[in-house]
Amino acid sequence: MADAALQGGQFMTTVKAATRARVLDRLRLGDLVFRYLTRGAAIAVLVLLGGVILSLLIGALPAIRKFGFGFLISQKWNPVTDEFGGLPAIYGTLVTSFIAMLIAMPVGLMIAFFLTELCPTWLRRPIGIAIELLAGIPSIIYGIWGLFTFAPFLQHTLQPFLIGTLGNVPGIGALFAGPPFGIGMLTAGLILAIMVLPFVSSISRDVFESVPIVLKEAAYGIGCTTWEVMRHVVLPHARSGVIGGVMLALGRALGETMAVTFVIGNAPSISASLFAPGTTISAVIANEFTEAVSPLYTSSLITLGLILFVISFIVLAAARYLLTRVQRRIG
Amino acid sequence: MSDAALASTTFPGGAGRGRYAARRRRDIMATGFAYAATLFGLGWLVLILGSLLWNGVSGLSLSVFTEMTPPPAAAGGLLNPIVGSLIMTVLALVIGTPIGMLAGTYMAEYGRYERLSSTVRFINDILLSAPSIVIGLFIYEVVVAPMGHFSALAGGLALAVLVIPVVVRTTEDMLVLVPNALREAAASIGLPRSLTITRICYRAVRAGMMTGVLLAIARISGETAPLLFTSLNNQFWNASLNAPTASLPVVIFLFALSPYKEWQSLAWTGALILTLTVLGLSIAARALLASKRDG
Repeated sequence: MADAALQGGQFMTTVKAATRARVLDRLRLGDLVFRYLTRGAAIAVLVLLGGVILSLLIGALPAIRKFGFGFLISQKWNPVTDEFGGLPAIYGTLVTSFIAMLIAMPVGLMIAFFLTELCPTWLRRPIGIAIELLAGIPSIIYGIWGLFTFAPFLQHTLQPFLIGTLGNVPGIGALFAGPPFGIGMLTAGLILAIMVLPFVSSISRDVFESVPIVLKEAAYGIGCTTWEVMRHVVLPHARSGVIGGVMLALGRALGETMAVTFVIGNAPSISASLFAPGTTISAVIANEFTEAVSPLYTSSLITLGLILFVISFIVLAAARYLLTRVQRRIG
Repeated sequence: MSDAALASTTFPGGAGRGRYAARRRRDIMATGFAYAATLFGLGWLVLILGSLLWNGVSGLSLSVFTEMTPPPAAAGGLLNPIVGSLIMTVLALVIGTPIGMLAGTYMAEYGRYERLSSTVRFINDILLSAPSIVIGLFIYEVVVAPMGHFSALAGGLALAVLVIPVVVRTTEDMLVLVPNALREAAASIGLPRSLTITRICYRAVRAGMMTGVLLAIARISGETAPLLFTSLNNQFWNASLNAPTASLPVVIFLFALSPYKEWQSLAWTGALILTLTVLGLSIAARALLASKRDG
């Protein structure tokens, strides 16, 4: 009888062992599945980028075959005769982004200077957040505001002023010639400048704050003014981070669509004057893609998209490279 | 490096008071410019919000939320674009959040120091700032063109592509902050790795992940460009995922550029609603993160 009980006990332990093994197996399997699931998702991010590039390439193929490298330098944009060239759009994209950076870079740096050196501590957070909110406003809002409020304002104030003054200066006068339309390259550039300002200022602020305080104190200690500390100690120390921030802002400006579409004027032409309506890659795509009837038309627009993607990829990759190096130094 | 910087600085030597006054002047000018730059930046925020309120508030009424978009030159509301935007946002979150979370989990938990993680981090950061209109073209090529028509599904997918990088980034950043002692404690009581992550780490970073999702919603609810040729627009009520669908940003775009006064004023009202939503979300996300950090 005791023997039987013993046997029963042994039976129970074998059952327990079997359950335990089953549970362990299930856990092990779950572990494996979860690991590969997360790995798969990580790889999916890479595939996503590959897919974007591949699909654009395939879509662009007919236009590339037809026009070749001539697409990059041709100014023709004629849907009726199926002749397309990307130069006006590429030119517009580069010029508007250039204007934007010309303004956003110094202003953004000065805001970062203010936030790190001049601003009372209790005001730093609220002002910093308020500036960053500029980046949170959807681009369509910049568009509608730019078209109905900002462009008429420019048409009646800044533009006549510039035409009257800089327009008469030989050499650069051509940039500021012609009637003030309100909308045009300059307006688009200015709105882009406001939109990317927060990227320059908040990244610069973060890098400025990473400058060792001892360095600044040493400079103050030998009698430097606030500006001299900024110019000769903080800026050289933060240089690559600032350049990274500026590149990131440039990447944003290049691809910005809706705000620009509203105020650029959408004319596929190149003119010397900054007041003239022009177009950008993103604006052409936004305006014409759903109307493109011929396959070559669609393909030309996708080619423009591919060019935009390649340009902004290079700019963003450079920005990332610089910023990662800075982060490694800080961290 | 600081040596070089200091050496290049000119210090008042024998030159006397004139030199010092010049340095003071330059300092005052530079700080003055810094104040002006900050006012310039804040000024735009005030101007834009002010002009939105000025133009948008008058059109704000209950009918905006209960009536369909009107035909030209008639009164109406924004019900169908608001619902369309909600549908596509939810769709994008349902698709994008799990993928983003899992990818971020891999980068922080399994392969923190692997080549794969640093590559994904690099690519992800580029996707984060990639031109959204190009994402629209991508979804057009792989979804709309094969299906043969525009749909809410395509719009949601395009937005999902924008959600993924935001969620990957915040998930990774948050998980990296989880102290290793928590993971070791879990391992010491025999918890498998996957359960450690889902039961321990995810709970520790819940607030951070919510922030990421809120930021993602803020990002996509204002996006117009990727919807233009994926979900297109629809003047009528539509709850099917398989048909063209109106969205708030696209309707604002079309109505603002139309010649009709009624449409333009609806566009302003829509713009006001959209901006308040997006700014509210991004402030909420910040507050959530700040409260977590202090607590």
